[in-house]
Amino acid sequence: MNIYVLMKRTFDTEEKITISGGQINEDGAEFIINPYDEYAIEEAIQVRDAQGGEVTVVSVGNEETEKQLRTALAMGADKAVLINTEDDLDYGDQFTTAKILSEYLKDKDADLIIAGNVAIDGGSGQVGPRVAELLNIPYVTTITKLDIAGSNATVVRDVEGDSEVIETTLPLLVTAQQGLNEPRYPSLPGIMKAKKKPLDELELDDLDLEEADVEAKTKTIEIYLPPKKEAGKVLEGELADQVKELVNLLHTEAKVV
Amino acid sequence: MARKIIVLGEVRDGSLRNVSFEAVAAAKIASEGGEVVGVLIGDSVSALSGELIHYGADRVITVEDEKLKQYTPDGYSQALMAIVDAESPEGLVFGHTSLGKDLAPKVAAKLNSGLISDVTGLEVAGGNLVFTRPIYSGKAFEKKIVTDGLVFATIRPNNISPLEKDESRTGEASSLSVDIKDLRTVIKEVVRKASEGVDLSEAKVIIAGGRGVKSEEGFEPLKELAKVLNGAVGASRGACDADYCDYSLQIGQTGKVVTPDLYIACGISGAIQHLAGMSNSKVIVAINKDPEANIFKVADYGIVGDLFEVVPMLTEEFRKILVNA
Ligand SMILES: Cc1cc2nc3c(=O)[nH]c(=O)nc-3n(C[C@H](O)[C@H](O)[C@H](O)COP(=O)(O)OP(=O)(O)OC[C@H]3O[C@@H](n4cnc5c(N)ncnc54)[C@H](O)[C@@H]3O)c2cc1C
Ligand SMILES: Cc1cc2nc3c(=O)[nH]c(=O)nc-3n(C[C@H](O)[C@H](O)[C@H](O)COP(=O)(O)OP(=O)(O)OC[C@H]3O[C@@H](n4cnc5c(N)ncnc54)[C@H](O)[C@@H]3O)c2cc1C
Repeated sequence: MNIYVLMKRTFDTEEKITISGGQINEDGAEFIINPYDEYAIEEAIQVRDAQGGEVTVVSVGNEETEKQLRTALAMGADKAVLINTEDDLDYGDQFTTAKILSEYLKDKDADLIIAGNVAIDGGSGQVGPRVAELLNIPYVTTITKLDIAGSNATVVRDVEGDSEVIETTLPLLVTAQQGLNEPRYPSLPGIMKAKKKPLDELELDDLDLEEADVEAKTKTIEIYLPPKKEAGKVLEGELADQVKELVNLLHTEAKVV
Repeated sequence: MARKIIVLGEVRDGSLRNVSFEAVAAAKIASEGGEVVGVLIGDSVSALSGELIHYGADRVITVEDEKLKQYTPDGYSQALMAIVDAESPEGLVFGHTSLGKDLAPKVAAKLNSGLISDVTGLEVAGGNLVFTRPIYSGKAFEKKIVTDGLVFATIRPNNISPLEKDESRTGEASSLSVDIKDLRTVIKEVVRKASEGVDLSEAKVIIAGGRGVKSEEGFEPLKELAKVLNGAVGASRGACDADYCDYSLQIGQTGKVVTPDLYIACGISGAIQHLAGMSNSKVIVAINKDPEANIFKVADYGIVGDLFEVVPMLTEEFRKILVNA
């Protein structure tokens, strides 16, 4: 089984977010593997261990993405590929990323591609389905269970809390939802081994792509923080009076009930 | 620039979802005086055309087929592409729902187009159509414009007000017949867990419980309050992990993102991953016995106390005013 995982390096959104020069301030911030992509990596490793084959983790990013790719190798992936766009592109959107990934994947004969269902920073959830469409293969998003038998797959999909049981065939792209599995931590031997595993670096040229082929269709014109909320009002006095006051505030002041 | 915008109406259990009316309102803004064309896809949906027009669509096109009874990306995209071919719109608007999130990127890729996802606001400013959307799990916002090709967006439920319903509005309702071919994914079974009562992602009022609720039975007073306020019950991961409720209720970074008018957090500490799912709610109320709990930092109103005492009192008090109203 030839398995690919799409992995994004993301800003750890547990961090405090500040803006400088109109951009999210990245100085000193913690970067991580997008949490949903950890589920994707774990699932890929489990499928490989059960069915044989190879797991390749691919990321569109810059030099610093190597760190997260090494972590994926330490978890148990076999190979990593960094598509480094730093020298070629200043700006990109989901169209850009999906186009690059699909150009890379188009001649790889992947049986299974696993992505996260959403990146916690960009938050669009577009890249998985876009890549599947560009490769002309079926996809199932927000999955919580994957069973593969031969070239058939049975998948459980989370649909706003309900579950759909879906039958489909390989090659297939799925996107991971929480609940799919419990991602492992890299073990010490895993970390040692990861240092020797292949991590290839490609640029747009290697994919026969020109800047114009991947030019973004949308543009960010402003980034801002939400207005600071005024300190809330913690009510005081007898509990019964507090409850009456709260109901009154919600009904007549905030008018939400 | 006047545009023709296609809006996908979403049908659930035989009725249009509220987010579809919000999408019509968003399309109206995006059309800049052009035309808003509603689209309904399913096995039997044409009876709903009128309602979409009452909410502001200029006309409605339906595609009906047995194979479209349930949503599949292949089936719906074939129906939608047939309409796009026939209409050549300048833009599309879907809800940022499970269906919209799944379908829109596929259609965008087919149309070689951009897509602005999870939009919470849009306006025409300085000659541009400007979209606002949350990033970094709601901790920041970005404004985006389309620089090339179609205007394509999915809108987050509960953020853009629908237009007033006008039952005297009329418009053409037509149907398009489309030959739906190979569906590569087949739904064998649907296990319903979340659909009792009000839909969490569209609810105007949410009563959420955390580990402080202490047990499955502990959710009962919250359900009572939700019933009185015609709201939905949600939960923190703490409550889900402890098996007090189903994961389908989880709100937060890894659960649902909600923006109701009123969010009442009961026995929830306010971890950053929980806030990611609800901090953009209009009014937040916290009920927690720990005055230092982080949830009070984002709450508009707080009561320090035992939720098992406070929640039933609230239910009683709301019952009184809502009966008198
Ligand atoms: C050259 C370039 C420049 C960019 N410049 C900017 C910028 O200036 N500002 C800005 O805000 N954004 C920029 N981006 C990022 C871009 O806008 C999106 O963040 C990115 O395309 C992914 O979209 P998303 O974050 O919504 O991910 P989603 O679509 O939500 O991600 C879903 C899943 O897709 C996969 N995936 C997503 N991104 C990648 C990736 N890079 N590599 C591999 N798999 C991935 C993962 O499995 C992920 O879980 C740039 C991207 C590129 C390629
Ligand atoms: C990657 C990742 C993703 C996560 N995603 C999510 C997510 O999507 N959603 C989410 O919610 N969490 C998420 N979490 C977990 C999050 O960090 C917290 O652990 C979780 O939100 C805590 O749940 P809680 O507030 O119910 O429990 P606790 O933190 O234990 O808080 C319980 C609260 O109840 C109060 N309390 C107790 N008894 C009473 C009483 N009788 N009356 C009133 N108050 C009482 C206590 O004072 C306390 O403040 C995630 C964590 C990680 C690492």
